[in-house]
Amino acid sequence: MASDTKKAAGPDGSAVAIGPGSWAAAFPQRRYLAPDGTMAAAAPAIARDGERLIALYRAMTLTRCFDTKAIALQRTGRLGTYASSLGQEAVAVGVASAMRPEDVLVPSFREHGAQLWRGVTSYELFLYWGGDERGSDFAGPRQDFPVSIPVASHAPHSAGVALAFKLRSEKRVSVCILGDGATSKGDFYEAINFAGVWRLPALFVVANNQWAISVPRAAQTAAQTLAQKAVAAGIAAEQVDGNDVIAVADAAERALARARAGEGPTLIEAVTYRLGDHTTADDASRYRDDAEVSRHWTEEPMSRLRQYLAAQGLWSADQEETLLAQCSAEIDAAADRYLATPPEPPEAMFDHLYAVLPPSMAAQRDAALAEALSGQENPGRTDG
Amino acid sequence: MAELTLVQAINAALARAMQDDARVLVLGEDVGRDGGVFRATDGLLARFGEARVLDTPLAELGIVGLSVGLAAQGMRPVAEIQFSGFIYPALDQMVNHASRLRTRTRGRMTCPMVLRSPNGGGIHAPEHHSESVEAMFAGIPGLRVVIPSSPAKAYGLLLAAIRDPDPVVFLEPTRSYRAVKEAVEDDGAALPLDRSFILREGSDLTIVAWGGMVRDALASAEALAAEGVAAEVIDLATLKPLDTTTILKSVAKTGRCLILQEAALTGGYGAEIAACLAGQGLTSLLAPVERVAGYDTVMPLPRLEHHYLPGLPRILAAAHRAMEYR
Repeated sequence: MASDTKKAAGPDGSAVAIGPGSWAAAFPQRRYLAPDGTMAAAAPAIARDGERLIALYRAMTLTRCFDTKAIALQRTGRLGTYASSLGQEAVAVGVASAMRPEDVLVPSFREHGAQLWRGVTSYELFLYWGGDERGSDFAGPRQDFPVSIPVASHAPHSAGVALAFKLRSEKRVSVCILGDGATSKGDFYEAINFAGVWRLPALFVVANNQWAISVPRAAQTAAQTLAQKAVAAGIAAEQVDGNDVIAVADAAERALARARAGEGPTLIEAVTYRLGDHTTADDASRYRDDAEVSRHWTEEPMSRLRQYLAAQGLWSADQEETLLAQCSAEIDAAADRYLATPPEPPEAMFDHLYAVLPPSMAAQRDAALAEALSGQENPGRTDG
Repeated sequence: MAELTLVQAINAALARAMQDDARVLVLGEDVGRDGGVFRATDGLLARFGEARVLDTPLAELGIVGLSVGLAAQGMRPVAEIQFSGFIYPALDQMVNHASRLRTRTRGRMTCPMVLRSPNGGGIHAPEHHSESVEAMFAGIPGLRVVIPSSPAKAYGLLLAAIRDPDPVVFLEPTRSYRAVKEAVEDDGAALPLDRSFILREGSDLTIVAWGGMVRDALASAEALAAEGVAAEVIDLATLKPLDTTTILKSVAKTGRCLILQEAALTGGYGAEIAACLAGQGLTSLLAPVERVAGYDTVMPLPRLEHHYLPGLPRILAAAHRAMEYR
């Protein structure tokens, strides 16, 4: 290994030895579908499965349509603070498309595309981002976790879910999606370390969108890749172009197959880009050049897939128009239903706190009810 | 009926729960081959195997975070944090996730887990091994905080905690682990949560205590009886949610209340009880409520520990002050 080390600049500018060679070379970025819509010859079978590609494209379109509507609702005061997934649709949709229904998704807060693919409805997502806990009571994937707003603290949950699968000898995989900023936290390392030492059926996907609010990837860690962090935990890893849904889905499929076969966890770094603000409460122009964003628009995931599908004769302008109309209609209907849904009664705060409300809390519940009935609840409230 | 120490009673309760319910598993640092640093899990690995008793990597946040995932999947994890001073990384998991998973999903997902840890000082342990952390957890909505005071209570309350469908922080008084033996029937019978226990009846003065301070409360009541003062002793047992009824009823009878806590005075759980009395029991009070607590200092190392821990002199002095009000 010594012969393989190279010199790099240390924090004080002095040369320090690193190895093995270049980590970027150890974890090359896998890409099949280029931004210009051309497909590499070595692309996996997914690239030749027109039906599947169209399904992926539809899901990404629905996700972006949801995103557009959510931002519009927020801007007009009808939704709470919302985290856009603009530009990252291929990561969420690609990973989810590789999962089985019986697997469990443990998402961060920007994986709307994965949630929609798994059967969470856009109505439920609107409810949640509109400030209603019922939005996380998914009618579809009952065992999928709600989003985790605290960064990386959900990664150990995913290891725990995977441990349950392993202990019960179930052929299921727990899939955690987190961001580049999350890899700076101990929670992330503890989770991949547990998963590694116990060979858990787990997949950790780092959606590296280059920005943790205002802190760029280069200021987050000296590690050349985020994939290499798996080396410390002794688990498999690879890096893919996160804007290439084929590369994402393929890497996820292989990782899930290994996990199901008892071969342990995988870390996938999916390199993408956050085209929007961190959330609707953020203004990225304070810390990020427009030129950088414009450059990344040329690499976003949907245009390249659309071009490829068109070149294969699988997609037409008419189909595109029809799809956009369908997605808009579906999202608009969900938004209308959300807007027409009255808030829960105040006792809902109490009724899901414990399996049975402790008698000592009955007085508080009664007081909340009485206040609501009197119409004298907090005049400073902004909703309801 | 076996005579057990508190830590042996914990062990018996864990074994009983694991025998009765295949979903129950124990995880933590050194809980397997070593049987736990206090031997609370001694023999469980041999009896139940590696799939039920898991020696974890050294990562407290991870242990508790994994437990949330296990519990959400319908398992019944009982996680051990080795010493109370190492529990803080786990707070994030308890506050942000374990305590609110049911609320956040409107009951779709639940978190039936137990977080066990020794709590408090008095055993001449190194730094960070003697902290009293109950108030940090008792302010978290959605949790239960339970502290046993005796072997029998430890057995019955731990079984109840493991069977409870919601997360429970179970804090075991370190200095009571081996202090006394008590006859404990290993019959699988749980004690009720969410209620306190009157251990001794009296009409002059109420002493409220939990965990390691309960023995001091009983000893003080005995000393006071010799002076002709009849003290009633309440073992809180469940701190969160607080059984205010038992306290208010007792103080309505006695008119005086001492609250004993080993933790630092300010912001300690005793303040919650004092506030309860100020709000709902003021007209019963004949004397100011007395809090007998640790000082607002850093928990000292063993050579000064006995100066820090509230004991009989401080308790009796407070009782005498209270009894001056007629």
